[in-house]
Amino acid sequence: MHSTHISASGEIVETIQPLEKSIKGSGSARNIAAISLNTFREAVRDRVLYSLVLFVLLITAAAVVLGDLTAGQEARTIVNLGLSAMLLFGAFISIFVGVGLVSKEIEKRTVHAILAKPVSRGQFIIGKYLGLCLTLLVNVLVMGGGVSAALIYVGSADLAGSIWGAILLIFFELTILTAVATLFSSFSTPALSALLTFFIFIIGHFSTSLNELAKNLGSQFAKYLFGAIYYLFPNLSHFSFITNAAHGDILPQAMIFGAIAYAFVYVSILLIITVMIFSRRNFK
Amino acid sequence: METIVEIENLTKDYETGFWRKKKVRALDDLSLTVKSGQIFGFLGGNGAGKTTTIKILMSLLFPTSGSARILGRDISDVKMRSSIGYCPENPYFYDYLTARELLNYFGELFSLNSAKRKSKTEELLTKVGLQEKDWDKQLRKFSKGMLQRVGLAQSLVNEPRIVFLDEPMSGLDPMGRREIRELIAGLREKGTTVFMSTHILSDVEALCDEVAILRNGKLAATGKLDELLARDGQSRSFEITIAGVSIQEIRGELGQVSGADISEKANGVSVEVTDENDIERIINISRKVGGKLISVQPVKQSLEELFVKENT
Repeated sequence: MHSTHISASGEIVETIQPLEKSIKGSGSARNIAAISLNTFREAVRDRVLYSLVLFVLLITAAAVVLGDLTAGQEARTIVNLGLSAMLLFGAFISIFVGVGLVSKEIEKRTVHAILAKPVSRGQFIIGKYLGLCLTLLVNVLVMGGGVSAALIYVGSADLAGSIWGAILLIFFELTILTAVATLFSSFSTPALSALLTFFIFIIGHFSTSLNELAKNLGSQFAKYLFGAIYYLFPNLSHFSFITNAAHGDILPQAMIFGAIAYAFVYVSILLIITVMIFSRRNFK
Repeated sequence: METIVEIENLTKDYETGFWRKKKVRALDDLSLTVKSGQIFGFLGGNGAGKTTTIKILMSLLFPTSGSARILGRDISDVKMRSSIGYCPENPYFYDYLTARELLNYFGELFSLNSAKRKSKTEELLTKVGLQEKDWDKQLRKFSKGMLQRVGLAQSLVNEPRIVFLDEPMSGLDPMGRREIRELIAGLREKGTTVFMSTHILSDVEALCDEVAILRNGKLAATGKLDELLARDGQSRSFEITIAGVSIQEIRGELGQVSGADISEKANGVSVEVTDENDIERIINISRKVGGKLISVQPVKQSLEELFVKENT
């Protein structure tokens, strides 16, 4: 890595002081916020949020088709269908926008002008990541609003409120998936990154079962292998509450805090690795 | 004049190939200093290492060995970058943004307040000659020349003390080049140091105070432009152009002047001599045969000749 060594000639350093003073504040938080908002703007202008329109059409169509069911069944189906679609749409955005988050900037060379500015590579990665999370948050909030509205329409006002715990978990699951995609995006090609992230999404949902399997297997090697997968890959079952939500279950507080803490730690580790990889990259 | 850029023994190797990695040396032990307040031309053919050097200075590439300082600070110092500007070669920016939004965004990264960002954006877009009707168009609709102008504008958004321009004239038509040349000259007047890489030699002759010529990643020559051009002082010569006479008439009379080189040009006969004392004699000869003296001028080594010499 590179050492930061301040000048041998104090005179020159002093001459830059007035210029720095004329610049209002300076801080990583401002840079990260600016990069995040720009990433959000990119997603909006690239029509990522058009997925919302599709979602609304899907929910409306479902409500029409399900018109014949009894009130209780109808509400449950709306929750199951709506929240599953929300997770899938979100995963789709996480994976396909996430894998291009960094690699597209490198490929299109837009990163050159940014990194020559007083922006550290860490700020850049975190800004890009949070920008996509913001996009997902807007997506999840609007879709959640749509599902709630549909539930109120079919007369299940209590479900319309209680599903928000499950929605919160979906969002945090997506933040993990986005961090995985961002990590791959910092060193791999978009196609490969998308494939790998998708695998992790699938494995993440079955990781508890894999752990059970590992415990029951005779082979020592298989035990270690599945054990490693269980601990290394994100355990996304911490975030699954859709079926319970459809039955009107309220999300227990312990599960909320556990899931958020898990997401926070997992995302932090992934971002640290991403920043480490990205900081060593040469941009030809 | 203070030293604003110091490059010490910079070497950069690129690895090519997947299985059997081969090293290609793009930059070989380059040392260079640039003084403030001038336009510094960084010359060299394609692949000479110009862009590699600039990218190392911008910390986009890490050197294999060697170090560099800008404004007395190591190039890895992120804070130092608030005092410098950079326009990449064939700049490509977020094409979903408008020119105005891009400059505003970059101004944010320099922590400029919103009033300053707004005034700076308008001032710079005007200065680089971008018409106001194009300010709010998305960059995906911009031509190469327009993007080059946006690139220049964004490199100045923080009023840098030194700006690094990688091929700033590429993609511009002759009018555009002239405008940008004036803009760059204006920067020097305001005390901004300009470090520009280029292979358009007429721009260098018109603008640069000092130059460095790179060849295969090595420094081939550096110094003040006039001094470099006058370095071959001994071989300088004078060209005398005479109209209204034939080449034979001149040649017949010229027996007395040895070492003169006679040739026919579009506007008359040209005689090139190396001895100053021969000028008067040739003028006399031209009068004698009834010719009309058109011009007498020293023949300088052109930058192109110097460039070709340093690159072969």
